[in-house]
Amino acid sequence: MNMIPAPEIDFVSLAPVLVLSVFAMGVLVLDLFIGKNKTILAYISIIGLFISAMSSFGHADLPVSSFNGAYVVDNVSIFFTFVFAISSALAILLSINYNERVGIKIGEYYALILFCTVGMIVLCSSTDMIMIFLGIEIVSISLYILAGIRRTDQRSNEAALKYFLLGAFASGFLLYGMALVYGATGSTKLAEISSTLVAGGVKSQAILLGGVVLLMIGFGFKIASVPFHMWAPDVYQGAPTPVTAFMAVGPKAAVLAAFFRVFADGLHDVAASWETALMAVAVLSMFVGNLGAIMQTNIKRLLAYSSVSHAGYLLVAIIAKNSLGASSLGFYMLAYAFTTFGAFAIVIILGRKGDENLEIENYSGLGYKHPLLALSMAIFLLSLGGLPPFAGFVGKFYVFSAALKEGYVMLVVIAVLNSVVSFYYYLKVIVYMYMTEQKVEFQPTFSPYALLVVAIAVLGTIQLGIFPGPVIALAQ
Amino acid sequence: MFLTFVTFLPLLGAFALAFIPKENEGTIKQAALGVALVDFVLSLGLWMGFDNSTHAMQFEFSTSWIGAWGVNYHVGIDGISLLLYVMTTFLTAFSILVSWNVKKHVKEYMMAMLALGTGMLGVFIALDLFLFYVFWEFQLVPMYIIIGVWGGPRRIYAAVKFFLYTAVGSLLMLVAIIWIYFVVEDATGVFTTDLIFITKHLDVDLGTQKWLWMAFFLAFAIKVPMFPFHTWLPDAHVEAPTAGSVILAGVLLKMGTYGFLRFNLPLFPHASYEFIPFIATLSVIGIVYGALVAMVQEDLKKLVAYSSVSHLGFVMLGIFALNEYGLQGALLQNLNHGISTGALFFLVGVIYDRRHTRLIKEFGGVTNYMPKFAICFMIVTLSSIGLPGMNGFIGEFLILLGMFQVNKMYAAGAALGVILAACYMLWMFQRVMFMQSNNPENEKLTDLDLREKILIAPMIVLIFWIGLYPKPFLKTFDASVSHLVTIVSPDNFRPGKIGGSHASTKIDKALKKIEKQTHKKSH
Repeated sequence: MNMIPAPEIDFVSLAPVLVLSVFAMGVLVLDLFIGKNKTILAYISIIGLFISAMSSFGHADLPVSSFNGAYVVDNVSIFFTFVFAISSALAILLSINYNERVGIKIGEYYALILFCTVGMIVLCSSTDMIMIFLGIEIVSISLYILAGIRRTDQRSNEAALKYFLLGAFASGFLLYGMALVYGATGSTKLAEISSTLVAGGVKSQAILLGGVVLLMIGFGFKIASVPFHMWAPDVYQGAPTPVTAFMAVGPKAAVLAAFFRVFADGLHDVAASWETALMAVAVLSMFVGNLGAIMQTNIKRLLAYSSVSHAGYLLVAIIAKNSLGASSLGFYMLAYAFTTFGAFAIVIILGRKGDENLEIENYSGLGYKHPLLALSMAIFLLSLGGLPPFAGFVGKFYVFSAALKEGYVMLVVIAVLNSVVSFYYYLKVIVYMYMTEQKVEFQPTFSPYALLVVAIAVLGTIQLGIFPGPVIALAQ
Repeated sequence: MFLTFVTFLPLLGAFALAFIPKENEGTIKQAALGVALVDFVLSLGLWMGFDNSTHAMQFEFSTSWIGAWGVNYHVGIDGISLLLYVMTTFLTAFSILVSWNVKKHVKEYMMAMLALGTGMLGVFIALDLFLFYVFWEFQLVPMYIIIGVWGGPRRIYAAVKFFLYTAVGSLLMLVAIIWIYFVVEDATGVFTTDLIFITKHLDVDLGTQKWLWMAFFLAFAIKVPMFPFHTWLPDAHVEAPTAGSVILAGVLLKMGTYGFLRFNLPLFPHASYEFIPFIATLSVIGIVYGALVAMVQEDLKKLVAYSSVSHLGFVMLGIFALNEYGLQGALLQNLNHGISTGALFFLVGVIYDRRHTRLIKEFGGVTNYMPKFAICFMIVTLSSIGLPGMNGFIGEFLILLGMFQVNKMYAAGAALGVILAACYMLWMFQRVMFMQSNNPENEKLTDLDLREKILIAPMIVLIFWIGLYPKPFLKTFDASVSHLVTIVSPDNFRPGKIGGSHASTKIDKALKKIEKQTHKKSH
């Protein structure tokens, strides 16, 4: 047997990952030497994220494939890297005051967010299933801890445990699926899998099919699509709010990027075998997510269910399988990042010491007491619903275009009708804010960081809604 | 650029209002009215500078908006949109003065009104499908807020219903828009949502045309609203504050009929032609049904709301006569309905302000206490019925004339609506104004005050102006209407397509006749 030659290490491609890992470890070490105030760690982490994002421009000609075709730097991966950097930075900003208020005094918190981001960058750049699995595990393990970081809080514990048990199970599915696909095609590299499929060199259709199904379940769990969404509402509710926002955006985007690469690139040729099933998952996610959200009285659970329905819309981009799909995925996630973080920032601001104040009813009359907060919240909610001229509309337009280009008319029609359903519960919050009398005293905690997040989110939501041109040009 | 400025001026005004402290209610109201009036005057400038002799877009402006997708900021105005545009600025100012006595959240109210103004104006000038959709959806929000915050007891239900109904239709239209986008790209290699370009190059077979037509139809039919999509309208009208009802009737419903004229007819001429019986049937049902339901209403506002369903049926019938008379009538009736029904809602609001009820049985003998009000109400009522010499007559007459040439049955059915309108309006007038009432509350009624007189005066002037000398209005429509008629005439469908269709020969002949007549006219 021949020796496996060690591949040349491409430091330029890996730069974002390396930079961020160094910063993460630095934060861990520094944590030991500073006092109780961990704010400095947050600043360092944000700087790390910025440098990491910038370092993704190392290559002049794209795409560049390295490590024997296991890792790639292309427009998609760079765009996603930016989405991750932005969403992680927003999460960190949101955390600073929140952590003080609820008593999370752990420096590892910021390091974990950075490690998680490392995993996300790996995920969106991998073109080898082993690498994808590594990425998913880095992301997941960080998230298990982050979800349960409020050690004294029962809900947080429940969330972490639930997430861990189900997540570990899903990772098992994923790995098993990869093994079966490897068995059927003889490779873990997506490009080789694809060419084997095109050439008809599959050893056993049955094994391949089994692998595809298991992969779909594994990915489906990680993005909280129906019927693998059961964990989402509980985990979203129990996790610290900034972590909830973080989970709803970054990791989901990363897994979707990998999902896209595996299915739309690697398994493109056998699309007939998974397309229908994925459509069913997409449609179910929309319906269950939207109908579930209508019933909610807790704002975090409402946003959790709404994120399930958004997973459904995003799967439409994967089903489209074209380059438009990949770039629309990136744009949609960026828009979603701004709106979601904005909404959660307002949830955090309206929280009180010792009481998170999460009942939607308590938002009654916010529109006249704190007009700017309510206006921002309304913008985020309408954007989530997909109303112009906000970012969410352009994202939806983009995703639906990708699918319509390939002729999936019925799927898109179902998706738009679901948007109408979603308006119902987004409007419900607006009804409370503007059309009902104030019920309880507001005691918002205006922290400069959270307000900064709101401001960035409003600007992002409007900018991407009214002048999306430059960003779309980047995403393509 | 001037058009853009006039369109966005109200929105700028709304932003400016945000900086006035909310305690200065007087200043806020005056500023809002000032902005709206200036905007109205500027839009009159557009009318003055408008060239009646061409169907081409005027005051056109186009610039790339989302370059990667070929989306342009392209606006312009032609004979079809001009007067709707002017009416919008007029009714915005009118509504702000109508709501002078609004009590709660004055600042937010005025901001919503002005933002609504820009949304509505944008709909009438957008010449890019993407841009149109943005405006179309954008105006939903302020209207939703106006109904939901300042409305009646069931305002939240009505507001949400209004929003969701409209959203269903428009999202399906969005799917059609994206579809068209790719079809045109396939044919020409150009990615664009520019309406003018697409109108020229969209070339799809009749089957596809019908699907796309249906998608657009749904969006606009809900807005108009055509029977059986009208159920949101009575709720919205009854719950909305007076000014909301005025805008709703005067402008929002017109966006639906405008949509048919701007999109369905020119984009899918053949499908439009094929759907004449479908639309005509729905319209006639709407006319008669709206009138019958209006007759049994006990609430004044609901009565006017159902009369709108009936009146808008006329407009649709006129549009789908697809000939000059019908289209001219439809466009004029668009304005007439805005004026008459807007004024009716205002007058109903006047007595509602005094009595806090709109139930017909509560009133009676109002003429004795409010003689001036009664005269104005009489004039507006008669104009709504379509009495010769007033605006409604011209519009309805032209529509019936147009439809008569296409199919006598539809015209006859619609004519029934005219008679029914007289029944329910006059009966209502009799019960409110003349019948003796035992209710001592009515004796306290005071007549119109100065603000109310100022408001009703222009409406009455317009009623007679259009009724006696409609030429300036019809002239602005003329060139655009003739152009539209040529587009939708069967002779101009591209060859090879007409053969496969099952067009009813009757309509075919009728349209041919009209074609000949228009040719004669032009010689």
